[in-house]
Amino acid sequence: MSEHVDAARAVQVIDLSDRALVKSSLAATLVKDGDHLPVFSTAFEVFFANRAFDSVADLMDGVEAQSPEGATGASGPGQAPGEGGGASSSMSAAELADLLFRALREGNRDDLRRAAAEAVTRYAGVEPGRPVGGTYYLYRTLRNLELDALERRLSEASLADQNTSDALAERLSRDEAHARIEQLKSEIEREIRERLVEDRGAEALAKSVRRPLPEDIDVMHANRDEMAQLERALRPLSRKLAVRLARRRRRRRRGPVDLRHTVRRSLSTGGVPIDLRFKPPRPAKPEIIVIADISGSVASFARFTLHLVHAISSQFSKVRSFVFVDGLDEVSQLFEGVDDPAEAVARINAEADVIAFDGHSDYGRAFLTFHERFADQLTKRSTILILGDARNNYHQAHVEVIADLKYRSKAVYWLNPEPTSYWNSGDSIVSQYAPYCERVVECRTLRQLEAFVGELA
Amino acid sequence: MSALDPREELAKRLGLLHVPPVRFDSPHEIQKLLAENDYLSDEAIASVTFLADRLAKPVLVEGPAGTGKTALAQAVADSIGARLIRLQCYEGLDESKALYEWNYRKQLLRIQAGRPEGSAEEWAHLEEDIFAEEFLLTRPLLEAITATDPVVLLIDEVDRVELETEALLLEILSEYQVSIPELGTVRAKQIPMVFLTSNNTRELSEALKRRCLYLYVGYPTIERERDIILARVPGISAVLAEQIAQVVRSLRTLDLKKAPSVSETLDWARTLVVLGREEIGEQDAADTLHILLKYQSDIERATKELLGRSKPVA
Repeated sequence: MSEHVDAARAVQVIDLSDRALVKSSLAATLVKDGDHLPVFSTAFEVFFANRAFDSVADLMDGVEAQSPEGATGASGPGQAPGEGGGASSSMSAAELADLLFRALREGNRDDLRRAAAEAVTRYAGVEPGRPVGGTYYLYRTLRNLELDALERRLSEASLADQNTSDALAERLSRDEAHARIEQLKSEIEREIRERLVEDRGAEALAKSVRRPLPEDIDVMHANRDEMAQLERALRPLSRKLAVRLARRRRRRRRGPVDLRHTVRRSLSTGGVPIDLRFKPPRPAKPEIIVIADISGSVASFARFTLHLVHAISSQFSKVRSFVFVDGLDEVSQLFEGVDDPAEAVARINAEADVIAFDGHSDYGRAFLTFHERFADQLTKRSTILILGDARNNYHQAHVEVIADLKYRSKAVYWLNPEPTSYWNSGDSIVSQYAPYCERVVECRTLRQLEAFVGELA
Repeated sequence: MSALDPREELAKRLGLLHVPPVRFDSPHEIQKLLAENDYLSDEAIASVTFLADRLAKPVLVEGPAGTGKTALAQAVADSIGARLIRLQCYEGLDESKALYEWNYRKQLLRIQAGRPEGSAEEWAHLEEDIFAEEFLLTRPLLEAITATDPVVLLIDEVDRVELETEALLLEILSEYQVSIPELGTVRAKQIPMVFLTSNNTRELSEALKRRCLYLYVGYPTIERERDIILARVPGISAVLAEQIAQVVRSLRTLDLKKAPSVSETLDWARTLVVLGREEIGEQDAADTLHILLKYQSDIERATKELLGRSKPVA
């Protein structure tokens, strides 16, 4: 609430005609987390789209009936692409490509914006009232522009300008070309968004562009884009978690009161225990054993969990990981001596030998194999994490194995990436295993995963 | 305007005789002033600083290490001719280091000096006496509050203190006052500008965030980085600055353990100037990469990706 008050106060003291200023002021007062800025930015673009200037200008004309030049001036940049719409039909594809190339080459923002508008008019085929998302138009436009070829041409051209041709120069011009193409893409995206706002209104569009924050994305149903976002979010997340846990451990530096020592000490003060003595702390570093299902549907979830657990492995006395589909294999060695857990996770699919028969998850068989080969290595300090949706393809459950694992270890946790309402539907047999687990946890997003792992350490 | 201006409101609460004048007229003025002090700001930085002044609120500056968060506070202080009071946070920072402490040695001396008389009213008098401001050691936060000359308060790396210690800051951030049990409440004699920086190693509490304006300072755009290099490194050619900015941008797109910061970029630029280079060749880059990157694995990766070599040059 106090954020709203701040925002309202902020817009009172600034120059409202400066769009960038309004944007950064609202961001400063309403957003309190750097990761949320892109979401804010999209929302701002939707609700304060440049197109909206038209109606504001009209409004001002009506109310104040003054300075029509000023009003049209303000709406100028917004209207230009619209007016250019008619002219662009006469523009051939080659001319457009040329315009684009020139704009990209010179890195001129205005030209780029105009070229993007042309491209959208020509290729996106935005039809009023058509109920498709912005991504559809974006895809159509980008496909027609053949940006990969354009990027190559651009980098070759700039390389030809310089008369050196060493690897560094080549790489730099490639990156420069890539950056400019990215700029073009975001211009096109903005252009499409603005046209959609015009068509459907801000409210409707805001609903369709509403994107979850990276840590709230459902891991099981993430698309490729969201997956990339998740990968990016994972590293800072695991770093933060490690710092927090290390701190918590350091703060509990004192163990319980050492009565014997304290009494001995109190002799010098006539038996009054002034100077308390403490036992040295026993940091309870658990040994973590991860058993992960990496068959198709839940593979990505297993990867994230393995990554996170290994990234903070310094918080555990030992981390061992096993992956299975219908066979089971240990993958701990992939993580040893590797700086970046992501690398190791990427190698799992290629190197782990997890398919024994038909490549459909068989929890019962996997647990049986694990029990046979590793059960004698479990101690009362081992915490077992089982990752999977417990969709057993109607194989035998072998519940007794889990019961024995529970008996041998400190605790067994089951992390299920499916929403609770899906549990036990179809071939999911979570409820059969549940009595032998300390807890069965729904773990669909990074946030839930982080919370769980944080509790564990 | 029916609602009270936030500055007036705060001044009234603090019991100031008159509302302190605003420091800046517009965000553009801030950009200009900061540029004069060799700090290249962007629109977001300028407008948040402007709002901080107008709304009399602290600014929480967050972002990766070495992107000019601390430098911003310094530059703002320089540009308004104020003294910078800095509180460096660390784990275990407490009240006596951040706020105030009683100078007990001096208090003891005072007690001893007044001992011979020793009557009851003497003692009451003495007790009142030893808990006076004279015996108070001011630490950065209290100093910023009690200062009469213009000051900018910088609370650096606030994410390093424990969650519980954060609470110490809340009173000063929202009310610009400090409560001392023996003395009462010390109110600010002016409205100082306050900057907090954080490297985001942990989530700060909602209470703290709510009291601040938020500014995220990320890595600069390539144009701004070039301008920063030009402004901060004397005698550098425009071509070289442009190239340096390009190389650094490419490095930041790689998946490195620690991406080069702006301050490291500047170090690199200075090195190349000292070496008398007008352009970066492959060999120069390979020889000086260790100034930008601080991990051997990063250097190896960068050499491989950027220079197309498999082995780094030792």
